[in-house]
Parts: sequence; C-alpha cells; structure tokens
Amino acid sequence: MGDSVPAPDKPTIPITVDFSGGLEMLFSNQKRHSLTIPATDSNEKPATIAFLIDHLCKNLMTDPRSEMFVLDKHIRPGILVLINDADWELEGEEAYELQPKDNILFVSTLHGG
Amino acid sequence: MAQYTDRALTEEEMERYSRQMIVPGMGKDAQLRLINSKVLIIGAGGLGCPAAQYIAGAGVGTIGIVDGDVVEISNLHRQVGHSTTRVGMMKVDSLITHLKGLNPLPSYIPHLTHLTPHNAADIISQYDLVLDCTDNPATRYLISDVCVLLEKPLVSAASVQASGQLTVLNCPPVPQGITSILGVTHPLPPCYRCCFPKPPPPSAMTTCGEAGIVGTVVGMMGIAQAGEAIKILAKGHHRADILNDPPHEPTFPPSLLIYSYDLEKGPSSATFRSVRMAGRRKTCFACGDNSPQNLTLEGIQKGTPNYDQFCSLPSAKVTLPMEDRISASTYKDILAGTQSEPEQKILQGILIDTREKEHFSFGAIPGAINVPFGKLLTAAAIAKREKQNGQEGREISKETYERLSSVLPREILDQEEDKKDKESEPPIFVVCRRGHDSQEAVEKLREMGLDRGGKRKIVDIIGGMKAWKEEIDPSFPFI
Ligand SMILES: [Zn+2]
Repeated sequence: MGDSVPAPDKPTIPITVDFSGGLEMLFSNQKRHSLTIPATDSNEKPATIAFLIDHLCKNLMTDPRSEMFVLDKHIRPGILVLINDADWELEGEEAYELQPKDNILFVSTLHGG
Repeated sequence: MAQYTDRALTEEEMERYSRQMIVPGMGKDAQLRLINSKVLIIGAGGLGCPAAQYIAGAGVGTIGIVDGDVVEISNLHRQVGHSTTRVGMMKVDSLITHLKGLNPLPSYIPHLTHLTPHNAADIISQYDLVLDCTDNPATRYLISDVCVLLEKPLVSAASVQASGQLTVLNCPPVPQGITSILGVTHPLPPCYRCCFPKPPPPSAMTTCGEAGIVGTVVGMMGIAQAGEAIKILAKGHHRADILNDPPHEPTFPPSLLIYSYDLEKGPSSATFRSVRMAGRRKTCFACGDNSPQNLTLEGIQKGTPNYDQFCSLPSAKVTLPMEDRISASTYKDILAGTQSEPEQKILQGILIDTREKEHFSFGAIPGAINVPFGKLLTAAAIAKREKQNGQEGREISKETYERLSSVLPREILDQEEDKKDKESEPPIFVVCRRGHDSQEAVEKLREMGLDRGGKRKIVDIIGGMKAWKEEIDPSFPFI
C-alpha cells in the first residue's frame, strides 16, 4: 500500500503522537513521536484516527506484539485515546479527521495500587 | 447541611486544624463539613496509606478502612502507614494504629476483609464518599457499580511501575439510568465503566508484585486522591441537590490526571497531564439509559455480573501436561548428574530464565541464560509474522535469524553440526518467577519450531525460582 512512505508530491499532516502507561514499549520505548503522515488514505479520503492507528501499526511499531495495541483492527480495550487532551469520544472516535499539529495520546489504563 | 455548621469548634479542633482552616476557601463551615463526613478507604496499601494519613490529618470525622491482607516487609517501601514492628498484623489494624497516633479525634472503623460482591453494598452504604485504593480491575468495577447504585461519589486512583492515574467519578451522584436532566446542558458525571467500558485483556495487565512500583509515584497518587476527597467534602460538591436546585451549578468537566515519572530520564523530567473525559454514557452498562435492567444491588450480591469472569483474573493461560514439566529437585539432579533413574536420564541442556533482568540481577541458577518473557514473546511474534508472510519452510531466512538472534541466545537457535542427525538433542529448560510464564514460554518455543519436530525436549520447572528457593536453596535471593 502507498501509505508506508508518503510520496513527496502528496500532501502531508504534521502531528505528534504520545504513548503512556507502558504502551511506549511497543514504539521503540519512546514516549513522544513527531510524525508527518499522509493527509489522505489510499481512497483519497481525509486521514482519520482509524487511518492513523493502522499507519502506526505498519510504520512506527517496533514490537511485533500488535495485539497489545490493536485487536480486530480496533484499539484494544483498556487503551484511552485522547485527541488534543480530550477523550476521543468527545471528538468522534475513529472517524475524527486529523488536523495539522494535532496531538494524539494513547494511554493504557492502570489497575495497580 | 445547616445542622452541620451550627456548633462551635472545640479548642482542640481550633488548634489542630487552624493552619488548614485559614486557607482561602476553607473556613469554619468547611472544617465542620469534614468533621461530619464519613469516608471509606478501600485498600490499605500504596494508595490507601498516604490517602488515609491526609484524610485523617484533615479531620474527616469517620474513616472506614477495608483490607483483608496482612503487612509484609515488601510493602513498606511504599505503604508508609505501616511499620516494621507491625509486619504480620492485619493492614487495617496496622494503619489505624498509625492514624490514631496522627489524629486521635476521628472515629476509625476497621473492615477486616476484602471487598466482595457479597459485602460491598453493606460496607459502602455506611459512608458519604469512597476512595478506590485497590489493585485489581475486578474490584474496581465492583466498587464503581455499587457506588452508582448507592449514589456515592468515588475518587479512583491507580499506579503501576512509574505511572499513575487519578479520576473523580460519580460526583455529584446522579441516580442510575438518568442520562439527562431538564435544564442541565453540561454532561452528567461518568462512572468507571463510562470511562473504561471494557477491562484490558489479562495478558495486558501488570500487577505491582510482577512489574514493580515506585513508592513516590503511588504515594503521589494517593495524596492527590485524598486532596480531591477533602475538597469534595469540605465544599459539599458531592451533594446531589446541586443538580436540582436552580440555578444549575455546572458540574465539573470530568478529567483524568496522568502522572509519568521516568527512571531512565534525567532529573526534572516527570510530568503531570490532565485530560478531559466524556460524561455519563447513554449506553453505559452500569449507569446508562437501560442500566437498571443490567445492574441491581440484589443481582450483585447473587453474583451478577460475574466480576472475575468479566476481567478474567490473570491465571496460567497455558497449562502444560505434567510430562512436559519437571520439579526443581529433578532439575537439580540433572545439573548434578545424580538422577535416580539413569535409564530415563535427561541430558543437561540449556536453561532459560524468563524473569525480568532486574529480577535476574539478584541471582539465578548457575548457567541460566536470561531471556525476559517480553523478549521471548517478541521473538515468537517475529517468527509467526515470517510464517504468515509465506517464508515458511525448514530454513529460517537469514534476516529472520538475525532478528531472532538479537533476542534469543544463539545456543537455542543454532543446531550443532554433529548433533543434526542424532536421535535426541540436549533439552531446553525454562524457569520463571513462579511457574506461570514458563509454561507459556515452552509453548512459544515449540511454536517457533525449536523443538526440532520433537527431537528436542522443551520443559519448564514447576513453581519457578520460588520453588527453587523453597526446595533447593533457601539462601537464594528470590525477589
Ligand atoms: Zn457509567
């Protein structure tokens, strides 16, 4: 698929992606990633959170245990997705269309104490 | 509320609470509200100890504490309400001893039990506000559900390793099943299930015993929890009538506080981050539109929903048959060459220890190779991915070999030339901390084809290093 490396002439969106609560282990143990992602998916539709999740699995995840992040192509239970510091439920969840400079935070919920 | 504020403070109360009463926003009425409040702290551990100290110090009048555990020495680096001299005592009694020394004025109510579906409503109904200081998801869902049904505000915190989270739920409480109130335009307060509708799969959960926990991180979250509780009670934010009395006071936008601390980073790198959460969900199982059909106090008492099943408490996911397992003493005999039945002699082979490198650093069985469980799972996933990509076949591709050899010792991957055609190869033994991960590891190593089609035995040591310490070497530094 053409989304692994954005072609130079294709429009892109700069965003930051943060991982917390242990999820950073799946992404080269780095909590913050500044990314440039394609502005549209392979069907020329605007890039959404669903597109981003797939993009992260294919391009940024260094640990092959993808089931720690996605289950059946959706974010696995126990992970909160925050769009510019707001629960993604407030923003339309997977259908939210990414905007330049968005910050997306993936955080796994904790239970210990 | 009026009856709470119509008495004078005693001289002792004046003196004891003066420094907090003169803070802007507090004053006499707020202090009296604290004195007349009843708080339940569920869990007397890393969150509960610091939370209880500040709840007691601030003068909350009635403090209940629930816990069925006893104090262990490994608790004390973070559970600072206990003491070395009270190891072995019930945590609830130990903490109350400490709190009475700090402030003898409140009434302390011990609940010497774990919270269960059977006793939860009985205990929680006696209080005005609940602090969830527990350590497992099943109890967290139970507490939240009962708080929804009994209309109690809930301050929930959690911490593992070097991360912490805090959120205020159900505040002010709104009756179950009501998801909108005429004239109230802001979202109604969520419950735990509104925020976290489904628990993570057990494989993604880590506990303090297995993953470790930083005392100051969990302590910080416990103190922040007490801070929220004190504010709610002192200011009366938990009064449900603030939603009904026009003009409608806005409820507070629900938020989640995330604290990250990083031992690998330099000083001053810790961060707090507060994120906005959604309000009560119309579809919530516990508090949404149809929730009264799902959740009742009677149902909970009778075992519906089944919390353990919902969260499928971590258990050995793989159970190997006994012929694929050996005891610690058998392994010792193999090492020493003193097996009792020489005709069934098991060759010495490779021992893989799947504990984390921090655990391993304190000591291991001589000759053991450390392959932390996570790394082993990573290797298994690499191998599986190759298979799916059609690179199946007897030969592992050079690239896969290189990737695997960055996580697995070459002794396991390589096949010695002179052994290639032999009937059997030296076995692989796997040991972990307590004998759970090792069973899964055996399964994964086989899936990767390292049993060479059955020519090479792969077995685990029953009970892990804990059994090694108990059966073979009492001086072993098990951690
Ligand atoms: Zn709810």
